[in-house]
Amino acid sequence: MPDCNPSSRSGRSWRRIVSTIDHYDKIPNNVNLQRDRKLQRALEKWQPNFLKWWMTMGPEGFQLDDIYLRTAISADSDGWAHFDYVRMPDYRWGIFLADPVEGRTIGFGDVSDVPAWQQVPGEHRNALKRLIVTQGDTEPASVEQQRLLGQTCPSLYDLRNLFQVNVEEGRHLWAMVYLLHNYFGRDGREEAEALLYRNSGDVDHPRILSAFNEPISDWLHFYMFTFFTDRDGKFQLLSLAESGFDPLARTCRFMLTEEAHHMFVGETGVLRVVQRACELMKEHKNEDVRALGGIDLPLVQRYLNFWYSTSLDLFGGEVSSNAAQYFGAGLKGRAYEQKKYEDHVILEDTYVVPTPGTDMVSEDTVPMRNALNTVLRDSYTEDCQRGVDKWNRAIEKEGINFTLSLPHVGFNRRIGVFSDQPITPDGQYISQEDWDSRRADWLPSDEDQQYVASLMTTVMERGKIANWIAPPSKGIKGKPFDFEYVRKYAEEK
Amino acid sequence: MERILFETDPDRYKHWKLEFDGATAILQMDVQEDQPLHDGYVLKLNSYDLGVDIELADAIQRLRFEHPEVKTLLVRSAKDRIFCSGANIFMLGLSNHGFKVNFCKYTNETRLYLEDLVEEIGVHTVCAVNGVCAGGGYELALACEKILLVDDGNAAVSLPETPLLAVLPGTGGLTRVVDKRKVRRDLADVFSTVAEGIRGARAAKWNLVDGVYPRSQFEDRVSDQLQRLNESSSRNDGNDPIRLEPLGGTYTDTTIEHRFVRVEIQPEERTATLVLQGPGSDEPTDAAGMRAKSQDLWAFRAFRELDDALLHLRFNHPTVGLLLLKTEGDPEAVLRVDAALVAERDKDFFVREIVLYMRRVLQRLDITARSLFAILEPGSCFHGSLLELALASDRSYMLDDPDNVVTVGLSELNFDVLKTHQGLTRLETRFYGEPNQVEELRGRIGEALEPEDADELGLVTFIPDDIDWEDEIRIAVEERVSLSPDALTGMEANLRLPGPETMATKIFGRLSAWQNWIFTRPNSTGESGALTLYGKPARAEFDWRRT
Ligand SMILES: [Fe+2]
Ligand SMILES: [Fe+2]
Repeated sequence: MPDCNPSSRSGRSWRRIVSTIDHYDKIPNNVNLQRDRKLQRALEKWQPNFLKWWMTMGPEGFQLDDIYLRTAISADSDGWAHFDYVRMPDYRWGIFLADPVEGRTIGFGDVSDVPAWQQVPGEHRNALKRLIVTQGDTEPASVEQQRLLGQTCPSLYDLRNLFQVNVEEGRHLWAMVYLLHNYFGRDGREEAEALLYRNSGDVDHPRILSAFNEPISDWLHFYMFTFFTDRDGKFQLLSLAESGFDPLARTCRFMLTEEAHHMFVGETGVLRVVQRACELMKEHKNEDVRALGGIDLPLVQRYLNFWYSTSLDLFGGEVSSNAAQYFGAGLKGRAYEQKKYEDHVILEDTYVVPTPGTDMVSEDTVPMRNALNTVLRDSYTEDCQRGVDKWNRAIEKEGINFTLSLPHVGFNRRIGVFSDQPITPDGQYISQEDWDSRRADWLPSDEDQQYVASLMTTVMERGKIANWIAPPSKGIKGKPFDFEYVRKYAEEK
Repeated sequence: MERILFETDPDRYKHWKLEFDGATAILQMDVQEDQPLHDGYVLKLNSYDLGVDIELADAIQRLRFEHPEVKTLLVRSAKDRIFCSGANIFMLGLSNHGFKVNFCKYTNETRLYLEDLVEEIGVHTVCAVNGVCAGGGYELALACEKILLVDDGNAAVSLPETPLLAVLPGTGGLTRVVDKRKVRRDLADVFSTVAEGIRGARAAKWNLVDGVYPRSQFEDRVSDQLQRLNESSSRNDGNDPIRLEPLGGTYTDTTIEHRFVRVEIQPEERTATLVLQGPGSDEPTDAAGMRAKSQDLWAFRAFRELDDALLHLRFNHPTVGLLLLKTEGDPEAVLRVDAALVAERDKDFFVREIVLYMRRVLQRLDITARSLFAILEPGSCFHGSLLELALASDRSYMLDDPDNVVTVGLSELNFDVLKTHQGLTRLETRFYGEPNQVEELRGRIGEALEPEDADELGLVTFIPDDIDWEDEIRIAVEERVSLSPDALTGMEANLRLPGPETMATKIFGRLSAWQNWIFTRPNSTGESGALTLYGKPARAEFDWRRT
């Protein structure tokens, strides 16, 4: 395997890689970068640091290989998904905003119908910066979490998908950095640097949100992460896409087009694991999937429980004055604010929020604005459920009697009203002792993870796939499954 | 409202854990969210209410009496990534104005007690900030000698009151930032308007904290700091603690009863009479005897009771506008106690602590926002340390009756340690324009001064004779309680402490002048004020006119 870690490799290819990115015309964009001296100056310093970060914290290995990747080269309908072979360090991380909407006004809160802000209002500078930094921090974090996965890929198709997700998360980082550089002055530049300085799982400089400090050590984790955690990202982006700060809204709208693929990777990844489990169950007389080297459905359920509950934490407290402030100020709306809702002021409405009662989960009615984290989370849950239903249909189609389900919102939480409450996946309060003793029934145990790890052997031959997962029903961009999605670095061959 | 009690002990703490590691006391904040002092709010994220602060004040007091071996105090949080998010906003929102002001005053007094530890007895204080440190949280940190902040990209110190709530930090935050930590004023301006606060290296560069360390090194750096301070501590109080037992007073709607202090409230008149019983003739005069009597030593117990009574008056009897201060007992016995305290205070830390404690209690009296009249009647003992009650009062009335002679008298203590928040004695404050008068009075120590002398020397305000006495007092009282309580609070605060400012007088002065004013302005507490609407769906609307 070619080792392109700059710390261990002699300088030739490293220098070549760095020299290619000194030209702004290599950065596809629709923000007039070629003319924007302020932005150029900011990126001048940041860009080499990004490349260094990518080489040290990005995918381990594969950096000289040609990957069949999608690159956004313009914001219009045929430009945002340009497919070709590219080496990851040569990937053209671009800066794109969705096309402006003529005469756009702010669509919610106390500022409804005011023209959308093209510059950051001073009043909201810090809040907006915080929102952007928090979102921006998750983008490189997931690349770091996934950096070793390539080495245990189940197929070239999956390997390519992993890298597609990785480079696009890199681009999402660029998108957030663009906003910080262009609209937040010196503070923004410092925050942009800090986005590369913090690292997932680093004791001293961890990523901001805890789900992004969990290592993603196997592919089932990866699929679950892209299904559940990227989907949190989708809902955060949807709510920011409504923002009164127009550049943020447009940036997020464009990011959403890419995010869809990440969730597709997760949804179909889990689906294929489930399908394979069903096949193996039918093959073995005792339905013992593990005996045949597969991943059994109860284990899938435990991984699901972990990632769903961990991702729920990302929505923040169930009742939040920040959320109310953000909404009132026109900074962050609800998902599909314009499409889905009639009332965009919601000062009178209330919302029912689950809350811990004595020995049981009870309910609280709170002003809608304060419940917006829960509102967003509930939309998220609905969206998750649709994916889980698809998995269950596949199981049913195979004639297997097993149902995957989302655990109760109070299960295994670290943030919000249910934080550290001993609640079972079906929403029952039990004693802490009981909960601890049954933990391994509900969440991946060390043994589970060791077992999954034992299955993770590298499959890099065209058209081949690891035993624990079914092949996809179709390839990428109309290519067959056995297409050479990753071409090894020529010197190696 | 339910009566608030001020006595507690470490076994009953709900929100703090006080632990000891050799010469280091570790005070860990671990606020129980579901144990607020009153119903209606939850103490999230180590936010505090009066109940939390009462325990803090108790812990500080115990370090002085019960833990002479302690040389450093570490203030920290038991919660992961949260140090303290300040006074609970929802509690403030639910509180009436008077409670808010008294809450702030109490917490300010407690912060000063924390600072007294190092200044008076050499107990160094270190604050380990492991995460969120906002508003009152940072003000607590500011009251410590050293602030160490974890540098993890998240932990920040902040004073978000102005941008978030349209009020001021109520516990001396602004003053301490520029006066104590000497943060450059323009940087302090930036700091005080950034709701999210300042993190990492910049916090250290601006001197908002003393050091920032990565998470992995944080505990070690805190230990190093404690170690260094332990070595440099000047405290040498030995190992013989004085245990603080509860006073066990009894309280009703119209009375506060202790052994030496008794308060009777006349609700209709909006007055209260506080009678402090002087010492008996058998009070010990040597350190060993005082220690043997410990709890029950008059000088200690009477002032603890006075302290408790003042807090009850402040919080549980808000409509009492005028406090009549009286004493009963033998003047000679008071002077003997004072002389013993002066003579023995270097021999046993207990004696020294009593004197320092007297000072704190009298300071509490100085800034109690009630009119204070001292009534000097036959049988009273306004001598020495008890004369301070009269000197702290807004006015004093001394009966001039040749058949029933009332006297006042001076002791060393009137010239020494019982200073106001300005760092002046009450005599220096009283004779701010006549410093020679203080010197002259020094020559009269020990004399029993009769009304005419007392008047001549300026120690009392009025000396009505026995024929006028009752009417004079009645009219004075009636007139006083008819005046606006707000105007009186402001007027008294202006007049009580003339002379130089100190950090403490600035803190209390600005608290009453600015913070209290802002608290009542519509921009903070009006219908659409920021404090009113905090946590609610609607956003604040301001009246943009500057005053
Ligand atoms: Fe993303
Ligand atoms: Fe993503």
